[in-house]
Amino acid sequence: MNQPFIPRHGANSLRGGPDARGRFGGFGGRFVAETLMPLILELEQAYEAAKADPIFRAELHAYLRDYVGRPSPLWFAERLTRKLGGARVFFKRDELNHTGSHKANNCMGQILLARRMRKTRIIAETGAGQHGVATATVAALFGLPCTIYMGATDVERQKPNVFRMKLLGAEVKPVTSGAGTLKDAMNEALRDWVANVRDTYYLIGTVAGPHPYPAMVRDFQSVIGEEARDQILEREGRLPDAAVACIGGGSNAMGLFHPFLDDSSVRLIGVEAAGRGLDTQEHAASLSRGRPGVLHGNRTYLLQDADGQIQEAHSISAGLDYPGIGPEHAWLHETGRVEYVAATDEEALAAFRLCTRTEGIIPALEPAHALAHVTKLAPEMGRDQIILMNLCGRGDKDIFTVAEHLGVTM
Amino acid sequence: MSRIAARFAALRKEGRGALIPFLEAWDPDADTSRAILHGMPAAGADLIEIGVPFTDPMADGPTIQAAARRALNSGATLGRALDMVRAFRAEDETTPVILMGYLNPILSYSPVRFCDDAAGAGVDGLIVVDLPTEEADLLVPHARERGIDIIRLVAPTTDDRRLPYVLEGSSGFVYYVSITGITGTNTASGKELACSIPRVRRVTGLPVAIGFGVRTPAQAAEAVRHADAAVVASALIDTLAASLDAAGRAGPETVGRVLAQVRGLAAGVRSARQQG
Repeated sequence: MNQPFIPRHGANSLRGGPDARGRFGGFGGRFVAETLMPLILELEQAYEAAKADPIFRAELHAYLRDYVGRPSPLWFAERLTRKLGGARVFFKRDELNHTGSHKANNCMGQILLARRMRKTRIIAETGAGQHGVATATVAALFGLPCTIYMGATDVERQKPNVFRMKLLGAEVKPVTSGAGTLKDAMNEALRDWVANVRDTYYLIGTVAGPHPYPAMVRDFQSVIGEEARDQILEREGRLPDAAVACIGGGSNAMGLFHPFLDDSSVRLIGVEAAGRGLDTQEHAASLSRGRPGVLHGNRTYLLQDADGQIQEAHSISAGLDYPGIGPEHAWLHETGRVEYVAATDEEALAAFRLCTRTEGIIPALEPAHALAHVTKLAPEMGRDQIILMNLCGRGDKDIFTVAEHLGVTM
Repeated sequence: MSRIAARFAALRKEGRGALIPFLEAWDPDADTSRAILHGMPAAGADLIEIGVPFTDPMADGPTIQAAARRALNSGATLGRALDMVRAFRAEDETTPVILMGYLNPILSYSPVRFCDDAAGAGVDGLIVVDLPTEEADLLVPHARERGIDIIRLVAPTTDDRRLPYVLEGSSGFVYYVSITGITGTNTASGKELACSIPRVRRVTGLPVAIGFGVRTPAQAAEAVRHADAAVVASALIDTLAASLDAAGRAGPETVGRVLAQVRGLAAGVRSARQQG
């Protein structure tokens, strides 16, 4: 049933995964109930066929250009660079995409695939609501009914996005199980899928879930890194010294990193959410503080207790509030190719304000975590060096959260 | 012969199907759950399925999700579920016990050590919901070495081409998930079962149990007219949940009510073939 895996990048490439079982080293796989297994296999076949079809690729390219607004610009953050006094900082401006984040790249790819598969109903999970909004948007574009599962806690703290999804015609179902965040939304979306297998397409928003999702979402997001690599080469005539991205499930980071994996001179750095601190119980740093296990269809690093029960994650940023991480990141962590660090809520808030005042860009709280690390990293690097950071979302949705933390009543 | 094979062989001689009631380990507390388990054989359970609580039971509906939460709050762990089986085995040598749960607690325990301890405790079979055949090599060899059956799930989405692959190397019995959906929601019709169970039987000689959506004595009877066993879970947990006080504690009638329902279901199963 599976296609034999043909490596595209040569035997020593780090870009060839996953294998035929959907594994990146010991991570990934397809840990789903039998009811879903035939669907996952069908999806894998459909995706492999689409990927190889020039018509599909051309169609996706046209929608990304004309509807999403790609390529996104590369911006030299000059004032920020001067302020930090070290490496030159460039932003990949994926917050300028339609719907305000990198999520549109993946949603566009998957909805075209869903149409190819003749699915007539779309479901998705969402944390911050960025993926929910992007899914509701493409569903509206193609006239497909759409149900978004969102943790009740997130519904509360991301009201603007909830309203946007509803305006776009999506049904938003708040999920009250667990802590009411992204993990619980994903459980509920999987339950919906299992009950509606024939007509429903589950549009997963991150590089997690059962194979082929981690590879497929990565492929659709790799447009970020491919563009950025070309743009920096064109502008600077060289590759960056470091590429930095925030990580919840890890889709924007995987999209930025993947095209650079074989460029050994480029340091790749993923920034997890340290919440109130890595040594508290309230963070979302599955690589720094978790251990391998199985959740949501794949084997990866998870926040879990000694008995294998999954623990709640915490982050000020709803988009990073997930106790797992994409399996390819787990593998890149173990092989050491990517460095994984963490930034706290407070550090992210400080970076949020810095970016706003220095560059005139209100970033989402998610990439504010990446920026928090950049503010530490840049001063340690030479002025001739380059940091490329993925500014993967804009912060309009977060102004209420930030106001609350600043003690401002709106 | 394993306890599962022996029990199905004996029932075949009797000419009737099996009732497999389900309970969630430590729901709502250790003592209540133990009392229900120990009372089940006398109430008419032919085999018993014990759910191992997990924080993220993706294939389960609200009823079993709530049961798992109560159980975890009362301190349930995989090790404690094994302790329950061990204590039960000291009293009952013959009633097969199947553990049903999700993979991560087993991985955390270590698959090899878990299979050792499960065999030692007297567990006869394992149903691991999120371990499809594609990933089963993680657990199956260890279980088989110790004489524990890995019970495979077959769903309406498992087509004829896939069925032989799914059932390859399975033992004990086959668990037919009769609906596409989560536990405790819909019920398959007799017509659907009449079509799907023979499809499974063409591929395996193992007994077939029907689960998901079997709630009443009449539905249990319908299930064993088509298959060899009926699994009832959510309906029993609903009864248990309805007997709890506002704080979620068991009342004096909790155990009795659940076992009375098991007796009713057993009567349904036993009457099925005389009528049919």
